[in-house]
Amino acid sequence: MQLTLGPNLYYWPRAQVFDFYAEVAAWPVAVVYLGEVVCSRRHEVKSADWLALGTELAQAGKQVVYSTQALLESASDLQGLRRLADAGGMIEANDLGAVEIARKAGVSFVAGATLNIYNGPALDWFAAQGATRWMPPLEAGRATVAAILAETSCAIETEVFGHGHLPLAFSARCFAARHYNLKKDDCQFKCLEHPDGMPVDTREGQPFLRINGIQTQSAACHSLYDDLAQLAGIDYLRISPQATHCREVVAAFAARLANADARSDLAALHPQGLVNGYWHGQAGIATQPNL
Amino acid sequence: MPRKPQLICPAGSLPALKAAVDRGADAVYVGFKNATNARNFAGLNFTDQQLTDGIAYAHRHGREVLIAINTYAQAGRVAEWRQSVDRAAEIGADAVILADFGLLDYAFHTHPSLRRHLSVQGSATNFAAINMAHECFGVSRAVLPRVLTLPQVEYVIKNTPVEIEVFGFGSLCVMAEGRCILSSYATGQSPNTHGVCSPAGSVRWETDGAQMKTRLNDILIDQFEDGEPAGYPTLCKGRFAVEGDTYYALEEPTSLNTLSILPELLKIGVAAIKVEGRQRSPAYTAEVTGTLRAALDAAGDAHYSVKPAWQDALTKVSEGHQQTLGAYSRPWR
Repeated sequence: MQLTLGPNLYYWPRAQVFDFYAEVAAWPVAVVYLGEVVCSRRHEVKSADWLALGTELAQAGKQVVYSTQALLESASDLQGLRRLADAGGMIEANDLGAVEIARKAGVSFVAGATLNIYNGPALDWFAAQGATRWMPPLEAGRATVAAILAETSCAIETEVFGHGHLPLAFSARCFAARHYNLKKDDCQFKCLEHPDGMPVDTREGQPFLRINGIQTQSAACHSLYDDLAQLAGIDYLRISPQATHCREVVAAFAARLANADARSDLAALHPQGLVNGYWHGQAGIATQPNL
Repeated sequence: MPRKPQLICPAGSLPALKAAVDRGADAVYVGFKNATNARNFAGLNFTDQQLTDGIAYAHRHGREVLIAINTYAQAGRVAEWRQSVDRAAEIGADAVILADFGLLDYAFHTHPSLRRHLSVQGSATNFAAINMAHECFGVSRAVLPRVLTLPQVEYVIKNTPVEIEVFGFGSLCVMAEGRCILSSYATGQSPNTHGVCSPAGSVRWETDGAQMKTRLNDILIDQFEDGEPAGYPTLCKGRFAVEGDTYYALEEPTSLNTLSILPELLKIGVAAIKVEGRQRSPAYTAEVTGTLRAALDAAGDAHYSVKPAWQDALTKVSEGHQQTLGAYSRPWR
């Protein structure tokens, strides 16, 4: 099993993005997913920049995949994607419209988690359209993923979401703009002030959700760090970028994959808690000790 | 003059189906009593016999019955979903409403003459996605998620041969349908997997002095002071704290109401207008169907205006007694 670095879900200043990926070139990840997947208003890094970053990372030996937005709404959203496909890059399709563009362009693609592949026949269908790798829905646990793979007849690589705040929902509404009483079209790019999103607590102070523009995430960090021994049949494990400690997290996973006895205290890096309930067939917010 | 859209109304029971037909629905949409549809609630939905009776009743009046099989087939249990499609074909449904691409593929090849609609749970928000479903599965109609503005809806319609159905009234999902797993994050069950959101079995109503607290799997979704009406703890409609502010961080309890923009929906060429609410009572179905029937019949008139009586009727059955145009006009945009 190899590590991948998922697309950055947050909105960071341009310089921070470039600094981050300059470091990533030396990290122990086999695949790097690039691109803006959350909001078409985010433009610190443009399509051409992503392609240039991709070229550099490919030269550093990484497989580069361009991830698409999870909610393609406008004509310009679709056009931007066609340009990426035409440039010959491998794409991660996070929307059915992206699948259509990939299959028409004849490029292979990664079927993203939001394509809602919950059974073998569905996975077979996406594979027939050109998917060479897929990510199960984030709510699918170990038993579900195994059941899907057991009833599929295609050969396809499987990647699971291994560490990060779970992207749980997508909306037309921007909850960051809402928080600041701004209109979405005049959001003043408030997301730039929240490099790991904005925590949402219950009125009893329980960390619950996390606002990231139009996306709603888990407050806690989902982590399969203690479940690595149970990932048979999984080809890739995704680590989702965070503004802080991302290098340590990647290093910790790499060390433990190399040596099952390696131990890092990831909980200390995540004050809103670590959860892994989804992987164990429970509520995502649950924590299942697995030591 | 544009063709008048069909009015598609919800029924969670045979009395509701009859009420929809009696009050002027062009089509009624329903579900089986199992996890194959997105309103899998106890006491709701149809047995085979009830559906046979309902379809006979609707057809006698020249109306259609559409069967929603719009959750995602769960691995290891795909046969349940396929059998539901088979049953829909056998008992003479006019169309099935599907979201799962594996199931669409099955329905297309096994029952080519059974009309296929792409469910809102399929999350197709752009013409590329809809045209793919048309090309690959012969989908003749797509229901759009409630995330697009009117100009975006119009743009989709102009770029697809597929009929477009939009929501006209009912409780509002603020998230893109089929792209929200908040419910399983909190409870383990979601619309995609179990056909439920914020399921009743996980809800706890708790009195604390004069306060009412509503919990979902122990997570506090909202609390209400003495005299404040307490709403069901749908988790995106709770009050939470963000940087010290406590408010409806995602969405207020509110209903979508498109009465004021029906003429525009006609003009841009939507094929059908859907009412949400299979989980509601036959009285709700009757009230909303009758009101929207009257409004739709008047909407092609150059002097159309929303009658106060229509507005009053819909306000009474609205969630939180509040209404919005939702994404169509995006006051927040």
